[in-house]
Amino acid sequence: MEWGVFLIAAVVAIGGGVGVITSARPVHSALSLLAVLLSLAVTYLLLIAQFVAMLQVIIYAGAIVVLFLFVIMLLHARSGEPLHQKLPRQQPLALVFGGAFLAALLFGGLGAARPFAAPPEEFGTAQQVGAALFVEFLLPFELASVILLVGIVAAVVLASREAPGRRKEGR
Amino acid sequence: MVPASAYLFLSALLFTLGVIGVLIRRNALIIFMSIELMLNSVNLAFVTFARQHGSIEGQVVVFFVLVVAAVEVVVGLALVVEIFRWRETVNIDDVDLLRG
Repeated sequence: MEWGVFLIAAVVAIGGGVGVITSARPVHSALSLLAVLLSLAVTYLLLIAQFVAMLQVIIYAGAIVVLFLFVIMLLHARSGEPLHQKLPRQQPLALVFGGAFLAALLFGGLGAARPFAAPPEEFGTAQQVGAALFVEFLLPFELASVILLVGIVAAVVLASREAPGRRKEGR
Repeated sequence: MVPASAYLFLSALLFTLGVIGVLIRRNALIIFMSIELMLNSVNLAFVTFARQHGSIEGQVVVFFVLVVAAVEVVVGLALVVEIFRWRETVNIDDVDLLRG
């Protein structure tokens, strides 16, 4: 049962990942990204991380993907891939080095895997994550709010500047 | 029971897909999505190790990664929109003013 759910989620995640990097149109990439994010939320549930799974659905699938879709909608013109490539040898080299990188990751990472023990009581609930967040990680939590503020200010400043072409055309 | 190595394998595969996406695509939006892919694969590794060690810290780190990813997307997409308003393109090969 657990294997079945995991395999379905893994296949959807990998298929979505391939879709993100191979789709010709950005909107298809964004929808593939949505599939990856939702299937990763399923794997979080299998790993007893209910709170993180909910965050994943609400923040990633709910906010970030919608932001991507809005920007794709705004920039619909000429957002396809160009025909000429400035670096024609980069694509095959990227595949070669990507494969080597995957081998290195698996060589280094799979050695750290140990069998799962029974999880502690109440593992992964919002209560337990919140207790760790507000006691042990209070300073990083406050710094996260500063980062969010910087993001808001940056977005407002960047979006409120006037584009040069519009001014010349007198609009 | 699914072993930790299966989750780590999935995580490594998704990270590699993100790396390849950054290297082969020239559309700034798709490069951002590939970066999101990599951040998510790292989150999966964090959650896996939190489960393996039975400690909640791995899941707290995922929370911070989510915050930074959200800010990164907001600022990055604002920059893409700004570049599009100036240069009428989202192709990063066309944005080469610093090349000299």
